[in-house]
Amino acid sequence: MLKIENLHCSVGEKEILKGISLSVNAGEIHAIMGPNGSGKSTLAQVIAGHPGFEVTQGTIDYEGSDLLDMEPEVRAQKGVFLAFQYPVEIPGVTNAYFLRSAYNEIRKARGDEEMDPMEFLDLMEAKLKLVDMDTALLHRSVNAGFSGGEKKRNEILQMAVLEPKLAILDETDSGLDIDALRVVAGGVNALRKPDNATVIVTHYQRLLNYIVPDFVHVLAGGRIVKSGGKELALELEAKGYDWLVEAA
Amino acid sequence: MSSSIESLVNREYQYGFVTDVESDTIEPGLNEDVVRLISSKKDEPQWLLDWRLKAFRRWQTMTEPHWPNLKYNPIDYQGARYYSAPKSVKPLQSLDEVDPELLATYKKLGISLTEQKMLAGVAVDAIFDSVSVGTTMKAELAKHGVVFCSFTEAVHDYPELIQKYLGSVVPYSDNFFAALNSAVFSDGSFCYVPKGVRCPIELSTYFRINAADTGQFERTLIVADEGAYVSYLEGCTAPKRSTNQLHAAVVELVALDRSSIKYSTVQNWYAGDKDGVGGIYNFVTKRGKALEDAKISWTQVETGSAITWKYPSVILQGDNSVGEFYSVAVVNNKQQADTGTKMIHIGKNTKSTIISKGISAGEGQNSYRGRVQMLPKATGSRNYTQCDSMLIGNKCGAHTFPYIEVANNSSTTEHEASTSKIGEDQIFYCKARGLSAEHAISLIVSGFCREVFKELPMEFALEAQQLLGITLEGSVG
Amino acid sequence: MTGGGAQYSEAFAALGGGGPPAWLADLRKAALAEFSTLGFPTTRNEDWHFTSVTPIAERTFRSAKPPSGAPPLTELLEAVTGDPAWPRAVFVNGSFDGSLSSLGGLPQGVRVNTLTAALKEEPEFMAAHLGKLATFDAQAFTAFNTAFAQDGLVVRVPRELKVPLPLHIIHVADAQAAGCMLHPRLLVMVEELAEFAIVESFVSFNGTEYFTNSVAEATVGNGARLHHYKVQRESREAFHVGTMQVAQGRSSLFHSFSYASGAALSRTNIYAKLLGEGAEVQLNGLYLIDGSQHADHQTFVEHIAPSCASRELYKGIVDGDAHGVFNGKVFVDPEAQKTDGKQSNHTLLLSPTARVDSKPQLEIFADDVKCTHGSTVGRLDEIALFYMKSRGIGAENARALLTYAFAAEVLETVELDALRDGLEHIAFQRFTHTDQR
Repeated sequence: MLKIENLHCSVGEKEILKGISLSVNAGEIHAIMGPNGSGKSTLAQVIAGHPGFEVTQGTIDYEGSDLLDMEPEVRAQKGVFLAFQYPVEIPGVTNAYFLRSAYNEIRKARGDEEMDPMEFLDLMEAKLKLVDMDTALLHRSVNAGFSGGEKKRNEILQMAVLEPKLAILDETDSGLDIDALRVVAGGVNALRKPDNATVIVTHYQRLLNYIVPDFVHVLAGGRIVKSGGKELALELEAKGYDWLVEAA
Repeated sequence: MSSSIESLVNREYQYGFVTDVESDTIEPGLNEDVVRLISSKKDEPQWLLDWRLKAFRRWQTMTEPHWPNLKYNPIDYQGARYYSAPKSVKPLQSLDEVDPELLATYKKLGISLTEQKMLAGVAVDAIFDSVSVGTTMKAELAKHGVVFCSFTEAVHDYPELIQKYLGSVVPYSDNFFAALNSAVFSDGSFCYVPKGVRCPIELSTYFRINAADTGQFERTLIVADEGAYVSYLEGCTAPKRSTNQLHAAVVELVALDRSSIKYSTVQNWYAGDKDGVGGIYNFVTKRGKALEDAKISWTQVETGSAITWKYPSVILQGDNSVGEFYSVAVVNNKQQADTGTKMIHIGKNTKSTIISKGISAGEGQNSYRGRVQMLPKATGSRNYTQCDSMLIGNKCGAHTFPYIEVANNSSTTEHEASTSKIGEDQIFYCKARGLSAEHAISLIVSGFCREVFKELPMEFALEAQQLLGITLEGSVG
Repeated sequence: MTGGGAQYSEAFAALGGGGPPAWLADLRKAALAEFSTLGFPTTRNEDWHFTSVTPIAERTFRSAKPPSGAPPLTELLEAVTGDPAWPRAVFVNGSFDGSLSSLGGLPQGVRVNTLTAALKEEPEFMAAHLGKLATFDAQAFTAFNTAFAQDGLVVRVPRELKVPLPLHIIHVADAQAAGCMLHPRLLVMVEELAEFAIVESFVSFNGTEYFTNSVAEATVGNGARLHHYKVQRESREAFHVGTMQVAQGRSSLFHSFSYASGAALSRTNIYAKLLGEGAEVQLNGLYLIDGSQHADHQTFVEHIAPSCASRELYKGIVDGDAHGVFNGKVFVDPEAQKTDGKQSNHTLLLSPTARVDSKPQLEIFADDVKCTHGSTVGRLDEIALFYMKSRGIGAENARALLTYAFAAEVLETVELDALRDGLEHIAFQRFTHTDQR
């Protein structure tokens, strides 16, 4: 589904990713771990098409097309979803209106009919339960005045509604208490299907107790320094990152 | 502008067509004879002609104001025509007699007078160039004693009301453009809601400039008698022409004790092309006077005109009166707007609220200019002002000029303003959810304006939101 | 339009041509001509909309003569706020008084000269800088000062020198100043990476009527820091117009604090130009007026270079029939991306007949900016007053405490302890009406 090869990327003069290669297949869950400043979030943002990063070398192939050649909205329309580490506030635009706009853009791109507001509300009802969110949140402005936990849940709600093929969760666990973490993980697990894939970017092993990955990659200094199965996450929890960072 | 925002497609101004009707148009130029001619064409009483002439003489002693933050070529007042009327309108008795070309025009604009008549909800007066072409739903309104007609009709049918209130809020000597309007105004709308009556339907006037080189000078007078309520909507369009046309209107609102007037405008005069050629020069004086416990609320969405000079104001004369001003002003390409409000607190415990949202794109220049005055006797009064500007693109400007004048210490004023760029992170967030740059900007901007849009009647709110999207098209690239 | 230069042509002639040197004579002549053309500003002039200078325009002030006899030093030091140990330059009725001044405490390298001496000793420097920042184009009072300034101070701080003590410039007017005009002039050059603080005090020894029209111009070099504290406690009969024009280099800081409680009519203009990237300007002020006093502050911050920050906080406490004015403008040039500007003006009206006008303005031509302004006008919080009274604090005392608390936020920006303590003391006295001034 996703094939990253020798990806280099910089902000201004500073190179942040220094040759990342990674393959993700349908049905898989990958965890990308690493210390702060290792480039984890940058990788997530580059996949989504953030304009602040410049790809200087390498390729990203997504379902046979050049992902780097697409505008962010085209990526989203083709099924790429980034759950933001810091979800953005859009004052004055209701959550429901925002989501319906996004949902219909994606449907349009797929050649489907747009969904009317009443039908859409029914769809939302079901999805809200999944992330244990109150209907009232739909009528508040996008992320404005949301607590940290509400913002993260809102990201998972969007993911549930938009049903991406490739979901990237960027530090979705940061700042969540254990109850919220369970809800978020429950949502992600419920959305798991054989034809979609998930990439979880996290600093802590904690989330992986609830979402079990097939592969774990350790990112340090802009490179993947170690890859392994789910047991690697446990090893990291016990030993920290230093032994890997030093080895790199 | 960041490369993340793709170039958007320019859409044409969709109201830019010209209607081919035979017009009764006078020669260009302005002098006392022209004023007399206008008055005689409208078969006016002597007192009104005298008032016009006093205004004209005063106007001759005045100079065009140059304090606004606006740059434009000098206006040739002698080069314009001061009267143009579709010929067939003259002896109008009912809508059936209206020139079919005109009705077709209004249909194109989305207002079908005949259909509107059937629909409950809105009564429409339509002003084509200088004259009213028809007012709908008169019968329905008459049942409630509400008068809604063209200004010309009102002069003949309700002379005592006109004589009492004309110029009572905006005297002919008020300012250069108001004096000009007072001398040459051609038509407009008049509305009177009697004591204790809540006007059952929204009243609406659509203004349309059609003829070339004519100025449009309409006058609106709304009187809400004690305890009355009325909601009034105003919409404006004009054809695309490469010359600038002058529009200098006057709107007077009189809210007697315990009454309430809500006045909403969606102004979409032709703005000129992307190089700033053509477009309407919109110099408008709008003011209301609120007596005891009365309320006047202005809501405006200003997306058109090459030049906008407009400060809908409230004189809070009566104790406990309330004034509100909600405004969205958008400039794109080479448009310039200098708009805002004046809240003059005279009575005790008066209250005013100002919410202004300015959006500047392209090479547009947008200025908010507001004055809040707490006079010595306006004890216990309050004002809250919030004034936000958004910038899209690096060639535009946003300016804020508030004047806060407080002369008693039991009143409070609070003013907040902010100016910032449209959020790049918001645009990226929307794009990451599948929205195009164009869609993202229109979504973010309408969110920014929401506090104002929610003050508009439903059907107008939708129109306003769409207009905003169209005005901002091509604003980034 | 009133008199202006014509009114003062005789006084100008008496100065004997305004030079030497010749360039100065030319400058003064040009200034007088501009002053004649402009006349005193009227309220039709947008910058003077809320302040009428008619009382100044309708009088004709005399040029001050060097005073015979000066006030005793101890009395002088008691009359001003600050630390007596600070190096000081004292001007009596506009003339430098060497016997009252003490400049020994300044470190080596700092050059302090009177205007007269500087014109003789550093003519090239003076020709290059005098009147270059404080231009008089359309500025009637700056033109007036430029034509007539006889004495003043020229201060130069060399690169990288951080001066530990502030320089205290004391302007004192005594009985002999009655009917006179004083045009002090200040020229400051803080070179790269240097740091310097100036305290300018304006005081009087009795309630005579005179007119102070001061002009200061300062260059703050790259990475340099300049603090300017102005304490305006002129005679209640006096008129005061003070203009300061500052040009800032890259990553420099200019901090201005203006305290105004004196004069019948006062106007303080502070104009800062942010010319180098990353520069920061902080403008703070407190005006405390009552009776029929009028105090006006006007600020103009020009963001010319990118990534600069400006912060303004002006607070006013207006009692009696007094009239407070704030008029601030932040201008952002198309090139000044990443500008961060914030402007606040808050006024407390203590009496029913006190008046205030506030005009905070933004003129923005760049898009990647964050600018805000806020303005509030009101009286003391009734609930807070009630709360204090319910805890046994007397009404008068409660009012004084709350008023003081209102002023405290801006007084805290004064970094010199002795000055802050002194101002807090006089402010507190004023609120509790234990002050007779």
